[in-house]
Amino acid sequence: MNKLRHIAVCLCLLLFGSFTAHAEELPEGEDTDVKEIVFEHLGDSYEWHITTWGKTHVSIPLPVIVRSRTGHWDVFLSSRFKHGEESYNGYYIAKEGPYAGKIVEQVNGEEIRPIDISITKTVLALLLNSLILVCIILGVAHWYKKRKVENAAPGGFVGAMEMFIMMIHDDLIKSCVGKDYKRFAPYLLTVFFFIFINNLMGLIPIFPGGANVTGNIAITLVLALCTFFAVNLFGTREYWKEIFWPEVPTWLKCPVPMMPAIELVGIFTKPFALMIRLFANMMAGHAVILSLTCLVFVTVSMGKAVNISMTGVSVLFCIFMNLLELLVAFIQAYVFTMLSAVFIGLARVKHHKTTEEAEI
Amino acid sequence: MGLLQPETGLLFWMLLSFIVVFVILAKYGFPVITKMVEERRVFVEKSLEAAKEAKAQLDNIKTESEALLQSAREEQMKILNEAAAAKERIISQAKNEASIEAQKQLDEAKRQIQLEKEAAVREVRSQIALLSIGIAEKVIRNKLEDAPSQMSMINRMLDEMPDMKQS
Repeated sequence: MNKLRHIAVCLCLLLFGSFTAHAEELPEGEDTDVKEIVFEHLGDSYEWHITTWGKTHVSIPLPVIVRSRTGHWDVFLSSRFKHGEESYNGYYIAKEGPYAGKIVEQVNGEEIRPIDISITKTVLALLLNSLILVCIILGVAHWYKKRKVENAAPGGFVGAMEMFIMMIHDDLIKSCVGKDYKRFAPYLLTVFFFIFINNLMGLIPIFPGGANVTGNIAITLVLALCTFFAVNLFGTREYWKEIFWPEVPTWLKCPVPMMPAIELVGIFTKPFALMIRLFANMMAGHAVILSLTCLVFVTVSMGKAVNISMTGVSVLFCIFMNLLELLVAFIQAYVFTMLSAVFIGLARVKHHKTTEEAEI
Repeated sequence: MGLLQPETGLLFWMLLSFIVVFVILAKYGFPVITKMVEERRVFVEKSLEAAKEAKAQLDNIKTESEALLQSAREEQMKILNEAAAAKERIISQAKNEASIEAQKQLDEAKRQIQLEKEAAVREVRSQIALLSIGIAEKVIRNKLEDAPSQMSMINRMLDEMPDMKQS
């Protein structure tokens, strides 16, 4: 009963919050551009936008680090751009064109992208999440360093983390990688918890969370690349033999190397699929939640009754989607880790005797 | 589309932070935890094994002691039975002996009494004989004043003599 009451209170607050938000945020006679809002969130930005109060933007300025064509580094806060309205030191944020939303500089009347390693919103979220992850895991590890084997098993948070880690370690890594799983366990565990914490933090709507980190292709690209290297650098001779000289009828591989070509493409499609799966899932989740939230503001122009009923619908769907995303956050981390483990396990094959060989 | 183009800056930071996180966690994080858990698993297994062994030993001891107790109880029973039997035997023997002894004594007493009686009878007889002889003398002295009666008397006596001898 208590729980039900909590949920009811939360619902009321959310509804109330939605109403006040619409009263404050929406300027009179201006349509809400859902697409822009959603894409602005899914993409990256040079400042961490928190809210817009009337006409003032409340946001956290982030450091911009760029290297101009002339070869010197510039470091300054993104607040110099005045939310993209002004230019600074020759740099400005492009409004349109191929580099829309990015810092560009003008060279000979052409917009050119400088080398840009700014701490953007996604980068800051990434660093924060990494820090949180390292703190959590090292904190848990610290508990073990102080104790001996004979001590009782940990309880509370450390116990829960131990259970979590060992679940991934035993059920996923041990069973998927095979014999020498110990060598790959730290990497796979890091991948899992890295993705998981970034997914979870993405679900928190206010400052330290809320950034679309794992729904960014650069992040998943690096993760997939790491798995690609882990698979192929530690592949056994048997693994390479099965790629270039698989056990198929000779005409499939001799004059025209059909099977080897397919296998070779397979090397790259596996991590590519990993990259796209994680990226698409997380991005889609963020997009759906944002679109549902925008429903409140879109329906303002349709009259009060529609707006109120659609707000209720929107809140309900948002809650549902958030719960679903919680599940997806875990599932995607799990799937990425599991597939990585399976690919590593497949690349670690030992020479197995075929039935014909065994009979001879 | 912009979303599908990886940003160089983000790639750089992601690579950097992921490698740093990986190195830190792979060195100081996960191996510590997994190693400890594995060790604990082994420890628990060992402890279970030891506990099982101890329990088996305890069971063994218990059955042994039980058997010992049982045998002791049986021994006690046997001893008690034997003691009871011995008691019976001794008592019956004693009774037997006592009765035999008593019989013997009784017999002895009877014999003694017989002897005494016989002796007494003999004494009485001799006394009676002596008395009767005395009486007879006195009677005879009175009666034997005349000759014929003396003679008849003597003859009767003589007639009676062989009878006396025979009896």
